[in-house]
Amino acid sequence: MELKKEEDLSLGDSVLVTKLDTAVNWARSYSMWPMVFGTACCGIEFMSVAASKHDISRFGAEVVRFSPRQADLLVVAGTISYKQAPILKKIYDQMPEPKWVISMGACACSGGFYDNYTTVQGIDQIIPVDEYIAGCPPRPEAFFDSLIRIQEKSNRESILEKDRQHDRDFKGFLDA
Amino acid sequence: MHNKVYEVSHEKVRETILNLKENEDFTLLLDVTATDYLNYPGHKAERFAVVYILRDSTFKNEVIIKTMVDDETLTLLTISDIYYAANWGEREVFDQYGIIFEGHPNLKRVLNHHQFVGHPLRKDYVITDGQICTETEDLMDEMRPLLKQKGYEEDEVMLLNVGPSHPATHGTIRNLLAMEGESIVAATTEIGYLHRGFEKACETHTYSQIIPYTDRLNYCSAILNNIGYCKSIEDMMDIEIPERAKFIRVIVGELSRIMDHAVCNAANCVDLGGLTNFWYIFNPRDEAYEVLSKLTGARLTNSYTRIGGLSYDLYDGFAEEVESVLRSTEKSIDDALSLIARNKIFLDRTQDVGIITEEFAISAGITGPNLRSTGSPRDMRQDKPYYHYDSFDFDVVVGSHGDVYDRMMVRFEEMIQSIRIIRQAIKQIPDGSIITDNRAVALPPKDQVYGSIEGMMNQFKLVFEGVKVPKGEYYSSTEAANGELGFYVVSDGSGTPHKVKCRPPCYYALGAYSKIIENTMLADAVVTMASMNFIAGEFDR
Ligand code: SF4
Repeated sequence: MELKKEEDLSLGDSVLVTKLDTAVNWARSYSMWPMVFGTACCGIEFMSVAASKHDISRFGAEVVRFSPRQADLLVVAGTISYKQAPILKKIYDQMPEPKWVISMGACACSGGFYDNYTTVQGIDQIIPVDEYIAGCPPRPEAFFDSLIRIQEKSNRESILEKDRQHDRDFKGFLDA
Repeated sequence: MHNKVYEVSHEKVRETILNLKENEDFTLLLDVTATDYLNYPGHKAERFAVVYILRDSTFKNEVIIKTMVDDETLTLLTISDIYYAANWGEREVFDQYGIIFEGHPNLKRVLNHHQFVGHPLRKDYVITDGQICTETEDLMDEMRPLLKQKGYEEDEVMLLNVGPSHPATHGTIRNLLAMEGESIVAATTEIGYLHRGFEKACETHTYSQIIPYTDRLNYCSAILNNIGYCKSIEDMMDIEIPERAKFIRVIVGELSRIMDHAVCNAANCVDLGGLTNFWYIFNPRDEAYEVLSKLTGARLTNSYTRIGGLSYDLYDGFAEEVESVLRSTEKSIDDALSLIARNKIFLDRTQDVGIITEEFAISAGITGPNLRSTGSPRDMRQDKPYYHYDSFDFDVVVGSHGDVYDRMMVRFEEMIQSIRIIRQAIKQIPDGSIITDNRAVALPPKDQVYGSIEGMMNQFKLVFEGVKVPKGEYYSSTEAANGELGFYVVSDGSGTPHKVKCRPPCYYALGAYSKIIENTMLADAVVTMASMNFIAGEFDR
């Protein structure tokens, strides 16, 4: 067998040198697994987000999970009532770290135009929120916009910081 | 064409209703609700009235029975043994108003959570008084008697909690099932997770401001709710809307019906494991959304109607774009059916599964496609036609078995019938205005608002005080995507309603669900739920 020439022995383009954070973040941000907590009209609009025309898989986030334990992106799409609140909190708590939360639509963000005895005036009274989307319901494009912002955000994080600061400090009305 | 409200004393009301059912053929209980007359101008009698709305078996007539409730006891006799539907109907009245129904098997809250104190629809409950719920109830108070009745001990069955956050229950319905192996021996349903105070909100908004709230009842077909609500106010005020507005309402209403059925069948296919159908069926739906957003400014929550007519006229090229939506819809139905209609797995999973008999459906207050799938050809568009529905050539679609298969096929076929109606309506649509010129109802044209003091005052008064609806009580209904959608409105003569009660078709269907899935398999319960199209915005309001 002939010995290879010197340039054949070099590893050429097959080795990439990078930071661990960058590699992990790259994988995380482009394969978000959303858990859709769709309760109302915004949940219906999320169906359009997933369906073929708008196609969420263009952003690598099409593996929609119904189990919080398999998801890292919680999408709260719809009105949250006081009755629903403990369930939302339980779902959030069950998600493994790292996790991100999108509050989709006026209701999830602030109670929307349901300023009344039964509606929680914004899910950030229960769980921490990363991105808010305005609209009643938001258009699918608005959802993608916030998804991209979550991706950017997750790209800036470090695996060394296990619990993110604002999550640790967060106290909602159910964390008595 | 005001319907008459019959007042009956509270001792006689049960007897009267029994008599109406047995001898006068009023077999369907549409709704039970109450009115709180606190602060109602000129009211001197007892504070609360309970109202029963009944329909006869031809669907042509309805009767409203009202009874004043004794202030001391706040008690009436139950009618839940006469109509299955009264079970949940009375529970809601108890929950919202605190009226007690003696003899009711399970009188507990249904919409508000179990830690809630007070009754929110009473006039002295402040609308913004939220009450925090810290934990979910275990529902064993309902399950234990059921098990006892069936002769089971608690340790003989496995208790399984399905929902509310479960893919099959679409986010807002919770079921507690007692399982023996794969079979369900007893079931209870808990709702209220999307209760958003629609009825209370109506009491603090003017008649026109309520229209956006109606969008969010059945949000899969918002325009049908807009139409149902506006029609009841118009009927109450005896307003005829222009012919053009009627035809446009028919066209966009039927388009909404198509989309509603599409969502139901697409979601059902997903629950059956047929994801491809979902993609097929959703494509034309998105196309329809584009048309609607061009027409109304919104994809989903359109708020398209106004009291007295519509907000915008059709745009140029509307007819062609709708025709293109209709063609893609026809194709998508063909595509979807070609995958399932002769598919053995599909047939096995849907035929003779989740059967509803006609008799039970009527007693439980189930209307719309779910009723028609049992073989009963009852459709408000034919039985009590409005907006010239009797002049369109279309079939009322019926099934024969009342199973999941029939419900899905009835919906597919109704989509095709709606396409027929739209095509005829587009050909016949007349010219003219789209909103009444009655200035006590409709806003004046903008050149008058900016050009004359009368016009400006007119606009100002309508916006700030609202449309003044004459004092009285009224019930009116339309055929929405899920069945009879009714609005019972009590007006005190001002621009804000004293009370609005929505008769949501799927509230009663859901009330019957736990009975329908008894003795079936767990997997069948999932497709049964999907095939009945429970829309949380509608049943929880
Ligand atoms: S924000 Fe609007 S569309 Fe979304 S859930 Fe609330 S009411 Fe429905």
